[in-house]
Amino acid sequence: MHNDAMLTVTDLACSRGERRLFSGVSFTLKAGEWLHVQGENGAGKTSLLRLLVGLSPADAGTIHWRDEPAPAAGFHRELLYLGHHAAVKDELTPLENLRYAAALDGIALDEGIALAALARLGLRGREDLPVRVLSAGQKRRVLLARLLTRPAVLWVLDEAFNALDTGAVRLLGELIGEHLAGGGMAVLTSHQPLPLPGGRSLLL
Amino acid sequence: MSAFLASIRRDLLLALRRRSEVITSLFFFVIVVSLFPLGIGPEPALLKKVAPGVLWVAALLATLLGLPRLFAADHIDGTLEQMALSPSSFGLLVAGKIAAHWLLCGLPLVLLAPLLGLQFGLDAPALGVLMLALLLGTPLLSLIGAIGAALTLGVRGGGVLLALLVLPLYIPALIFGAGAAEAHGAGLDAGGHFALLAALLALAVFFAPWATTAALKVALE
Repeated sequence: MHNDAMLTVTDLACSRGERRLFSGVSFTLKAGEWLHVQGENGAGKTSLLRLLVGLSPADAGTIHWRDEPAPAAGFHRELLYLGHHAAVKDELTPLENLRYAAALDGIALDEGIALAALARLGLRGREDLPVRVLSAGQKRRVLLARLLTRPAVLWVLDEAFNALDTGAVRLLGELIGEHLAGGGMAVLTSHQPLPLPGGRSLLL
Repeated sequence: MSAFLASIRRDLLLALRRRSEVITSLFFFVIVVSLFPLGIGPEPALLKKVAPGVLWVAALLATLLGLPRLFAADHIDGTLEQMALSPSSFGLLVAGKIAAHWLLCGLPLVLLAPLLGLQFGLDAPALGVLMLALLLGTPLLSLIGAIGAALTLGVRGGGVLLALLVLPLYIPALIFGAGAAEAHGAGLDAGGHFALLAALLALAVFFAPWATTAALKVALE
């Protein structure tokens, strides 16, 4: 029972100014499931994700995490949100970026794990270069390395596939697949079809 | 607590990689203070009288110079969102950023003040009083300024608005800070001024990070 329907969203509504973006959005996610949020540009995909993680308040509706109204204590520990923004510092190296992201989260990060994560994302040999000199796609990969260094149950990824080459898109698909296989959950926005098991889609 | 320290360390490292920003506000402080003796002329009694006021006003403006950048970079690149969603307390992370701002933009002013005070012919005890007042006052400037920086985050032309918002709030710090040195110069005890500065600081340490965090949450919505 405890593991059933960990994320429950009921009748969520959101407006920007006078304009109603969406209303009556309801869905549940269980361990191993993922949700593909689709919609036109401006349909409110990012707004929905920001409501989910608790960055902005909903006009109506409720969000429950493990049967408690979110954001309850401990919700942030189980949540990993990667937004539109790169959220990496140009002045720091990829390794420092990962280290400080973990430190701010109060998590001890083993250097070996961080290096392995960067290597898996194809940044071997660039661990000690400032992010400033990396390309947009590589910067994105530094951010995605957090998927491997920060343990979380619920991944909320906003346009995570942007700026990635085909190899990296496949790799991210693999990472999400492994996460789901391990009992994780994911909510994604993306304009491309994703070949992953257990997925449902939500059209805004 | 480890998140607080991590937040300070991160901001210090970032400032080290981008030194020009910190050095700019320090140079601003040095130049503004040095302009006054040149403009007023070499009259020792007058210089000695205006010294505390000049140093304090210059310190206010130098602190103000670094404030718009306090949260702007983290806001633009999405780090602030990550901090708000971090398992660590957002308030502690914000407090760490304010502490780092003081270490970078406030503490150097305290250390430079005696050197600049020499230009005004202040003697050693007067310099000591000035330094102690700045040591109590500059954290207050960072704490109050952070609230303004958070409130004006993402506002177009926020820099000017920030100055209009924050400078009136700096008045008590200015009055008691400069007042301490003036009282000392007049042969009175500066203890009362220090006590009031310390009381303001204690109040700000308690409330300012909380208010800043609340303002940042609104800015992130």
